[in-house]
Amino acid sequence: MFELLGIPPQALFGQLLLGLINGSFYAILSLGLAIIFGLLNIINFTHGAQYMMGAFVAWMLLNYAGIGYWWALLIAPVIVGATGIVIDRLFLARLRDLDHLYGLLLTFGLALIIQGLFRNQYGVSGLPYSIPAELAGGRNLGFMFLPNYRGWVVVASLAVCIATWFVIEKTRLGAYLRAATENPTLVQAFGINVPRLITLTYGFGVGLAALAGVLAAPIYSVNPNMGADLIIVVFAVVVIGGMGSILGSIVTGFGLGLIEGLTKVFYPEAAATVIFVVMVVVLLVKPAGLFGRTA
Amino acid sequence: MKTGRMLLATALVALFAGGAQAQVSVKLGVLNDRSGTYADLSGEGSVIAARMAAEDFNAKDKGINVEIISADHQNKPDIGSNIARQWYDQDGVDVILDVPTSSVALAINQITREKNKVFINSGAAASDLTGKQCSPNTVHWTYDTWALANGTGSAMVKTGGDSWFFLTADYAFGHALERDTIAVVEKSGGKVLGTVRHPFPGSDFSSFLLQAQSSGAKVIGLANAGGDTINSIKQAAEFGITQAGQNLAGLLVFITDVNALGLQTAQGLVLTESFYWDLNDETRAFAKRFAEKNGGKMPTMVHAGVYAGTLHYLKAVEALKDKDPAKVMAKMKEMPTEDPLFGKGEVRADGRKVHDMYLFEVKKPEESKGPWDYYKLIATIPAAEAFRPLDQGECPLVKG
Amino acid sequence: MASVSERLATAPTTREKVEAANLHRVIFIAIAVFLAVAPFLLYPVFLMKVLCFALFACAFNLLLGYGGLLSFGHAAYLGTASYICAHTAKVWGVSPEVAILLGTAAAAALGFLFGSLAIRRQGIYFAMITLALAQMVFFFSLQAPFTGGEDGIQAVPRGHLFGFIDLSRDTTLYYLVAVIFLAGVLFIYRVIHSPFGQVLKAIRDNEPRAISLGYATNRYKLVVFTLSATLAGLAGATKAIVFQLASLTDVHWTMSGEVVLMTLVGGMGTVFGPMVGAAVIVTMQNYLAHLGAWVTVIQGIIFVVCVMLFREGIIGVIAKKLKRPL
Repeated sequence: MFELLGIPPQALFGQLLLGLINGSFYAILSLGLAIIFGLLNIINFTHGAQYMMGAFVAWMLLNYAGIGYWWALLIAPVIVGATGIVIDRLFLARLRDLDHLYGLLLTFGLALIIQGLFRNQYGVSGLPYSIPAELAGGRNLGFMFLPNYRGWVVVASLAVCIATWFVIEKTRLGAYLRAATENPTLVQAFGINVPRLITLTYGFGVGLAALAGVLAAPIYSVNPNMGADLIIVVFAVVVIGGMGSILGSIVTGFGLGLIEGLTKVFYPEAAATVIFVVMVVVLLVKPAGLFGRTA
Repeated sequence: MKTGRMLLATALVALFAGGAQAQVSVKLGVLNDRSGTYADLSGEGSVIAARMAAEDFNAKDKGINVEIISADHQNKPDIGSNIARQWYDQDGVDVILDVPTSSVALAINQITREKNKVFINSGAAASDLTGKQCSPNTVHWTYDTWALANGTGSAMVKTGGDSWFFLTADYAFGHALERDTIAVVEKSGGKVLGTVRHPFPGSDFSSFLLQAQSSGAKVIGLANAGGDTINSIKQAAEFGITQAGQNLAGLLVFITDVNALGLQTAQGLVLTESFYWDLNDETRAFAKRFAEKNGGKMPTMVHAGVYAGTLHYLKAVEALKDKDPAKVMAKMKEMPTEDPLFGKGEVRADGRKVHDMYLFEVKKPEESKGPWDYYKLIATIPAAEAFRPLDQGECPLVKG
Repeated sequence: MASVSERLATAPTTREKVEAANLHRVIFIAIAVFLAVAPFLLYPVFLMKVLCFALFACAFNLLLGYGGLLSFGHAAYLGTASYICAHTAKVWGVSPEVAILLGTAAAAALGFLFGSLAIRRQGIYFAMITLALAQMVFFFSLQAPFTGGEDGIQAVPRGHLFGFIDLSRDTTLYYLVAVIFLAGVLFIYRVIHSPFGQVLKAIRDNEPRAISLGYATNRYKLVVFTLSATLAGLAGATKAIVFQLASLTDVHWTMSGEVVLMTLVGGMGTVFGPMVGAAVIVTMQNYLAHLGAWVTVIQGIIFVVCVMLFREGIIGVIAKKLKRPL
């Protein structure tokens, strides 16, 4: 059995697979963020808090309404997406013509409010949410034991990412949206309700964050701080992938998961920081990110 | 004549009344985490515990006026030291209580010494508080990293867990806990197969748990606390680690953590604590009264430590009829301690309060009779063995 | 983009500039008088905290309000200077003024290095690079043994200024901090109202035009970045001596967020705005500390209200009412 830098290949494959699983979360989250920034030019700092709300709504559905995981996957993103639409209508719509900075500061403030309120209400120890019975247990893959649920996470996020990419890049609706971002007046002149399109797209991006939250609820503890430290990593992913590029954020999300997985094997303490090193290197070499187009 | 006698009588009465009730006013500040990861194990519960201690002691009738205030240090040493400074300089606080989070506790230890006040710590783990950084103004109640390592570490080795792998939070507390436990494991004849450090705070431990699993160690030691411990345990269950035969040793686990995990996930976990609400009649009586004021939640050992520490302080003040810090500290070390929660014990020269420690195992769901019925007692470690020996701590206050 | 004629129409006349300068002189004198008597009215340690953060916010505003560059990683300079100052004062035993100078110098060097990397990109990419570099500083602070990790560097001695002035008394130290603050703020004022400052504003408003006029814009941006980092470092080093502690809070990204909040609340692009913003935020944190988690909610609400309604910030609104630049 050969050893790569002192690590047997079995352990390495196991870590890479785990990294891929983490990458799925990064991919969905950065997909939502990339859509919101790339198409709407809004820097949505509330994304982490909306991810957290998705997990909480799933928990609430289970504990207050007896609605289980599978329905929560559909309902939670809709509920949180609706709150996103309210945020857009109330606040972001008024900031459209201003510098990006204000949108960022506003969403940062909203994130503080949402996280603070949840913290007051639910404490920080985390609430339990169990893995749905259909996905419990796991299978032995030879090089590691893979819990079924984690396998499901990879499949689900790949499906969602590919579907979203398809809709935006290959369908007429996606074409309208891309056109509306480039030249809203002209598209509006063709009879398309641009403000509504933009608001719905923001809601969709937020819904994606909430979906990631529901997927995360059974394996990470459902607590108000779950989005806070994740948000800057997700931003880094979006920037590396190229802020306007849907494909870029998907690929970078999964790729980053793999890189993080490797780092955890060789230099675990740096696992939280390696993304930033990558970001500086990428930005200095490719100014608009890996897949981005320079404006 | 009559008025004169009346006046004399009134004056005499006033004189005697005043003499009998020599009023000492003490102001106690409960400084802990009220909003972060340690809010459940300390937080408002510690304030409740301190108030209960003042009431149970009947402070007013004994001529002591007790005022209790509280603040949130948010687990940050700079915020904690700001509050402590302001309390001591501006607000006339005499004693600071609780202070979980070792980095904050060490800062408060320093400031209390500078300002010559009293610090009775219940929440922190750093054994340095009675070691290299010991102070004549500090009493360290409840527990420390040495006691935890000694309890869980040696107990698990004795029951066959002689090979260990550590999952450690990458900060000072995690390192200290890992270091103390490794020392105990090796002394008891066990082996350490490896350690891995995870960023603090972490959220996904799957890759570290995988490394622990592939090491083949019989025991996986979790040298972390709070949310990290909870997540590590949850994910270990998910990856079938405990089902496959490896044991998890939670080196710092509180009853609130077990409550958050649920018995299904936490069953079989071995841990060391110095107080459990269901241990005997006295602890049960206290817990019942405490839970009524705390929204039905049972007291943790940190809460118990605040209660007992406050009680002991008030006893010392009553005996001296004075709150001068140096005298009170000397009195607290001179008087043996006795309270319904920790039983009999004493405060040593280095400030370390010693009492029995208990080794618990978390019950299976079917063994539990109701909420908060989580532990079964496996062993009692007598006070004399539970804490680091006085001469091994490198405390300058200990002569010889 | 304002046209040339619009610009000329709103550009301040010489008389307006002289009036503004007089007003500012009066304000500075009033501040100095207030600082002289303040320790007898308020708790000196609280005042020192406000002054350190006010200097930090003013330094940040130099970069954002006048340079037009949003940095997400300013905590790196505050924190690095505080660690270096704390370490040299405690372990090397140097006197406080030397320790503060060393800390400031370290921040300046770091600012120059990071600035030269970051200014190669614009806008959001510039901001993200500053964030990434600051995160690396955070990681370094976490891992390096001399910083003490979560404990930080504690028990930093206040020492004797110049070898004979004992700084352990809060009031004495307060006057030193007040002097440092005034010096820093006056320096920023001079920079803003100098020819260098004029070019800077031109670059902020329309960089391509400034380039076409022949200015080496990158050099100007690097200089202002380094200056801003240096002054932030001065604030950090002073803070370490005041609180006798250097901790991870000073290099965490939320600290970078707080200084943005202070500048926003006080008024971006005004001279006195950041000071007011810092005073408001520090006071709020102090007096609402017993509310625990509600402080975060309130801070969030302030952010939202400021962005939606008071974009100019407190001083900005006052300046608009008075029709004078503040």
